[in-house]
Amino acid sequence: MKPMLSIADVGMTFATRRGPFVALRDITLQVLRGEFVALIGHSGCGKSTLLNLVAGLTTPTAGVLLLDDRELKGPGPDRGVVFQNHSLLPWLSCLGNVLLAVERVFGATEGKARLKERALAALDLVGLAHARDKHPHEISGGMKQRVGIARALAMEPKMLLMDEPFGALDALTRARLQDELMKIVARTGATVMMVTHDVDEAVLLSDRIVMLTNGPAATIGEVLTVPLPPVREAPRNRLQMAHHSGYLHAREGVLEFLYRKQAHVEPEAA
Amino acid sequence: MVSAVFHDPRGAARAVAAAPPEAAARTAPRSAPETAPEAAPGPDAASAVRGPGPARDPIDWRGLAARLLPALAGLGLLLGVWALTTQRGGAFPTPAATFDAAWKLFADPFYRNGPNDQGIGWNVLASLQRVGLGFGLAALVGIPLGFLIGRFATLNRMVSPLISLLKPVSPLAWLPIGLLVFKSANPAAIWTIFICSIWPMVVNTAVGVQKVPQDYLNVARVLNLSEWHIATRILLPAVMPYLLTGVRLSVGTAWLVIVAAEMLTGGVGIGFWVWDEWNNLNVAHILVAIFVIGFVGLLLEWTLLALARRWEHST
Repeated sequence: MKPMLSIADVGMTFATRRGPFVALRDITLQVLRGEFVALIGHSGCGKSTLLNLVAGLTTPTAGVLLLDDRELKGPGPDRGVVFQNHSLLPWLSCLGNVLLAVERVFGATEGKARLKERALAALDLVGLAHARDKHPHEISGGMKQRVGIARALAMEPKMLLMDEPFGALDALTRARLQDELMKIVARTGATVMMVTHDVDEAVLLSDRIVMLTNGPAATIGEVLTVPLPPVREAPRNRLQMAHHSGYLHAREGVLEFLYRKQAHVEPEAA
Repeated sequence: MVSAVFHDPRGAARAVAAAPPEAAARTAPRSAPETAPEAAPGPDAASAVRGPGPARDPIDWRGLAARLLPALAGLGLLLGVWALTTQRGGAFPTPAATFDAAWKLFADPFYRNGPNDQGIGWNVLASLQRVGLGFGLAALVGIPLGFLIGRFATLNRMVSPLISLLKPVSPLAWLPIGLLVFKSANPAAIWTIFICSIWPMVVNTAVGVQKVPQDYLNVARVLNLSEWHIATRILLPAVMPYLLTGVRLSVGTAWLVIVAAEMLTGGVGIGFWVWDEWNNLNVAHILVAIFVIGFVGLLLEWTLLALARRWEHST
């Protein structure tokens, strides 16, 4: 099967006041259509940098990124991004926030009513149709993050890019949103790349876990295929997973990588 | 509560004379947000100014009284001191005489007896018109300029020293330049308002643009918004609170400047009226004018605060 996203020999070097800083080097990774890939690593390892490269927010200093055989140059509506801090515009309602994205992608070809329909459908998908007229400050952190997901999905992107989307939420809310995300993936068959620092989240949600070595000059250390049926076929049940051998095996593999092979050395600059 | 100025001052004075001095001292910090318009709108100022805003029931009578009574006491104290010090007569009119003068003035605010003798209403309106014109032009130039300065660092470095240099210049220093260029008093006054009220808008808008959170700009980038959409949907709403603060400061400055400018340029206007009454040695009218100027300034401030609250957004 042909990969949807192809990252080839990508490196990222930032020019800083104290000279060049190599954040990433020699990243080669392929993501298949419908795959759920988690990027995990210690903080400062450049996993967000890698996601930003795919999002097009930054341009790699080496290598090339291809999405459906076309080189990625800058951000585009074919990749929906969900930010960690939700980044909703506070002066727009939930519907308005989603509509802003929808208008940009479909505004040229579709009428107002249809655009609104799309935005509402996206809100409905995340279970927030009832909060359409609420403003971000009126809803909880978990709801904001769901609106962020709705905004990304409403553009009908080829890929959903998520940067620690549930990192700022409490454990119970996070679990509920993970369950919901699995349902959405099962319903839409979305291709997802998610940055996380949560081992359980990575194993529960993804088909493959890409583990990055410690920065600077981080690269892919190991790629672990989760020995479970893909989420897009059926959402996984977190209670069953608690003693599922495949789940435990994958979890052990990631822990092994993070805490033995890449035992965190406190960097001088966080 | 400001209209209480025109109520019977003697009664209020008596009430305050009975009040213990520490009660009056406590009023000072309460009224601070109103006397210092530049201060950030604290919860006190916000609720004191709310007026006919969204009704919150049940009405907090106790809280209202706690805010209103000290304010009235402060006003009463002022009137009391004024009445005491003018008791023995002299050039300075008593509160009662001033009140009588005000009563007569407000009985017929819109009369015209030739160009130099018009009702106080006309004078205030003439001043407001100049302020409106000068301030409006300043907004038309200042706000877009602020946007450009905020967006382009080079322009910022180019213009910032000039702004720093020109901002502290007294309005009266600009007036001769206006007279020289426009060869007429009225445009010169408007020019003075323009040049003095433009800076807060330029500076605040520029700061607002520079402070638009990177998150919002990232959203704009991943959504691939057009420049127009970035400007209208993201920059403008994000900058709005800053912009309105600038507008508020500008209107305040404009209203300060107009009195000085009109004193020098003459014609119809509250500033000239004050000067005219000084020449007539009618101090009671000057005092009335001071209250009127203060009251109109307060109204402008409140209007803009109310406007600003509509644009407030919490993240």
